[in-house]
Amino acid sequence: MSDAVIQAKNLTKVYKMGEVEVHALCGLSMEVQRGEVIAIMGPSGSGKSTLMNILGCLDRPTSGDYILDGENVSKLTDDELAIIRNKKVGFVFQSFNLLPRATALANVELPLRYAGVNHNRRDFAIAALQAVGLGERLYHRPNELSGGQQQRVAIARALVNNPAIILADEPTGNLDSKSGEEIMDLLLSLNRERGTTLVIVTHDPDIATRAQRIIHIRDGEVVSEEKA
Amino acid sequence: MNIIASFFEALESLTSNKLRSGLTILGIVIGVAAVIAMISIGRGAENSITGSIQGIGTNLLFVFRGGSADVRNPQPITLGDVNAISDPFQAPSVAHVAAILQGQAKVTYAGESQVTTVEGITPEYAIVRNYHTTEGEFISEEHMLGRSSVALLGPDIADKLFGRKSGIVGETVRIEGQPFRVIGILESKGGSSFSNQDDRILIPLTTAQARLFHRSNRDQVDLLMVEAISPDAVPSASDQVAQILRYRHKTKIGEDDFTILTQQDFLDTARTITNILTIFLGGIAAISLLVGGIGIMNIMLVSVTERTREIGLRKALGARKIDIMVQFLTESAALSLVGGIIGILLGWGISFVVGRIAAANNANISPSIGIDTILLATLFSTAVGLFFGLYPANRAASLEPVEALRYE
Repeated sequence: MSDAVIQAKNLTKVYKMGEVEVHALCGLSMEVQRGEVIAIMGPSGSGKSTLMNILGCLDRPTSGDYILDGENVSKLTDDELAIIRNKKVGFVFQSFNLLPRATALANVELPLRYAGVNHNRRDFAIAALQAVGLGERLYHRPNELSGGQQQRVAIARALVNNPAIILADEPTGNLDSKSGEEIMDLLLSLNRERGTTLVIVTHDPDIATRAQRIIHIRDGEVVSEEKA
Repeated sequence: MNIIASFFEALESLTSNKLRSGLTILGIVIGVAAVIAMISIGRGAENSITGSIQGIGTNLLFVFRGGSADVRNPQPITLGDVNAISDPFQAPSVAHVAAILQGQAKVTYAGESQVTTVEGITPEYAIVRNYHTTEGEFISEEHMLGRSSVALLGPDIADKLFGRKSGIVGETVRIEGQPFRVIGILESKGGSSFSNQDDRILIPLTTAQARLFHRSNRDQVDLLMVEAISPDAVPSASDQVAQILRYRHKTKIGEDDFTILTQQDFLDTARTITNILTIFLGGIAAISLLVGGIGIMNIMLVSVTERTREIGLRKALGARKIDIMVQFLTESAALSLVGGIIGILLGWGISFVVGRIAAANNANISPSIGIDTILLATLFSTAVGLFFGLYPANRAASLEPVEALRYE
């Protein structure tokens, strides 16, 4: 039996825009093995964002099954999805999405607070920040950090709950090429050292080639897969 | 997440926009301060009024002529009734009875002229009302029997006529043109808010009946003040007086031609009036608190829209509906709680100042703020915050994470 952390079968997603139905996903199937690094590529309008939202449990598919870490999450309620997101998914966004008024430490503590971890919460958060090389910047606020450092805080936040997968949506999109390179190095080293499954959505071929496998999407379907 | 942590987080988020939070709080501050000030001033007025009623004397009953409206041929209260009620065998619960005949009269002295209340009284009046003279003597039984033209002056009327409050005994004043010798000056009973007890003249009842106030029946009196032997004996004294009067007036059952009021009746009436006043004032103040609550709702709605992205992020990180709900409710409750606390202090200040102004004008309203008022205001303002925070918080909690994250 294969150790698949993501199993998507025949996913469809239909948006109703007034009278018009938009088919964002049309029977998409894919699998990601535990510890794998994959890149999802596709032009805008390909259904990339929709797939990302469903893989991240932010949205439900209209039909089809999505099994994340052995649990079918395609029919869960909003609050059940929130718990799944908290436990099993770590997000890294293009625009970092840190709370501007909170310190780096408080930002990283946030998922633990929603998980109900009160004990040792600080220690976990400090460990995560040290793992991304920001052990010296615990009490800085986002506006006191560089773009690369902010993205590191976001990665520490994604990491802190030991999720089954980390979803990175254009993680280097808002960074200069040097910091972007460093962030990719960091993500890949986390994958090597911790075995964290990494799903990166990008349209930068340089980023995609660093993944073990690239999935190309067009018009809501997987058009090709290639080993990098 | 525990309550204290989320409270501090709410405070932090509120202090990040100080001017806006301050203005929002102001609405609640004004509302709570108005409620506190109005209720405490109302209570102060009530205390002052009931205090002056109690100051009339304890254990007192008042007996007036006239009862239910449809009694035929009602009889006046006479000195004969007074003597019967004074009889300890007929009315064992009664200690003293004072009879009063009163009216307005023109009083002159050396060209100075005043219209004031003149009361014809019996000597028991001194006991029943606990009156003392600052100089001279009280009206005695001899004055009664002799229908003497003597008068006791209250300190205020003495001051108006003579320009002084002592050294007046032996002078002669004219009441409705008739000479009366001043035999004493009454001690001050203090200016009560609704009738000045110091601006009056007392003369013997018999003199008043014979010379000043002519009633259809020569023996008639206007009012009896009956003192019961103890506060507990007031109801039985009332029953005994009623029994005697019914017997003497030969009234049918249920057709009394007199009315007995106890001090408690006056107190109850006064309390009812001041309570209505307090509720009325408090109600108006509560409307301003309501307006403050709407201000909170408005600001929280703006805040939810502004922080849509933050809400989306929190949801992505695993916040459930209830978590977002609690976050925003805590913020609106914190707003109104802080506003409530400042409002209580401000309301206390306002009522203190009003009390001072009243005292400077001899009105003697000392506002009282009870712990119940403070609790009520705090609970009410927090409830306002929670109630008006509910809709914005629910709106925040119901945002779709995907759309909230995409929101610019």
